[in-house]
Amino acid sequence: MRERLENPVVEGVSKFLVPFMQIFALYVITHGHYGPGGGFQGGVILAASMMLLRLSLGEEYEHRRFSPTAATFVAAVGILIYALAGLVPMAFGGRFLDYAYLPIPGLSSAELRYHGILIVESGVGLVVWGTLVTLFDHLLGSEA
Amino acid sequence: MSWYTAIVLALFFGLLVYAESDLPDSRDTSAPARTHIASRYIEQTYADTRTPNIVTSVLADYRGYDTLGETVVILTAGLAVILILPRKDRRR
Repeated sequence: MRERLENPVVEGVSKFLVPFMQIFALYVITHGHYGPGGGFQGGVILAASMMLLRLSLGEEYEHRRFSPTAATFVAAVGILIYALAGLVPMAFGGRFLDYAYLPIPGLSSAELRYHGILIVESGVGLVVWGTLVTLFDHLLGSEA
Repeated sequence: MSWYTAIVLALFFGLLVYAESDLPDSRDTSAPARTHIASRYIEQTYADTRTPNIVTSVLADYRGYDTLGETVVILTAGLAVILILPRKDRRR
């Protein structure tokens, strides 16, 4: 278990930076349709923001807000979202991962595939985020 | 590095250079990799998925099954770390 640094400069700068990092991570995940980015990169930035908080504010405090168990859970939910994005179209008459058969009313098949990509990228982002935070916690030997 | 390791490495380097001389030019539009399905991706991506970034549509739509596998690999790596590293309550 790492103790809190109790350095006001480090704590202040991390607390200031983390919201911007997390907003940027969401931007990177959702901007994958139009430029460089996507679930893998955005998930890594999201995990980096959590690691920064764990390093600067101490794990005892951060584990109450986002526990290592929650991180593993987030990763599992991510893979579930991806698998469901593949299985739900099968239930509605398409093939595995054929987003054009997602049951969202009022969208053309191309728009459905656009949103399917977004769903899948969000799942990837959750998996990468959860897995990296899990790795961080367990490599430091500070799991709950 | 022993002398026979150096010889084997040099032989493999020579083999790779020899094999590389047979590859198509990187700007050759008639290379097999360019004539098969790549042009369909480039021309049809926007009509198929409304996604201007071809990389994203290939990664998550046309080749979504590959990406599902990659993601499972990442999750499996994380779970393996949980299983392998000693936990605090087992440490004496």
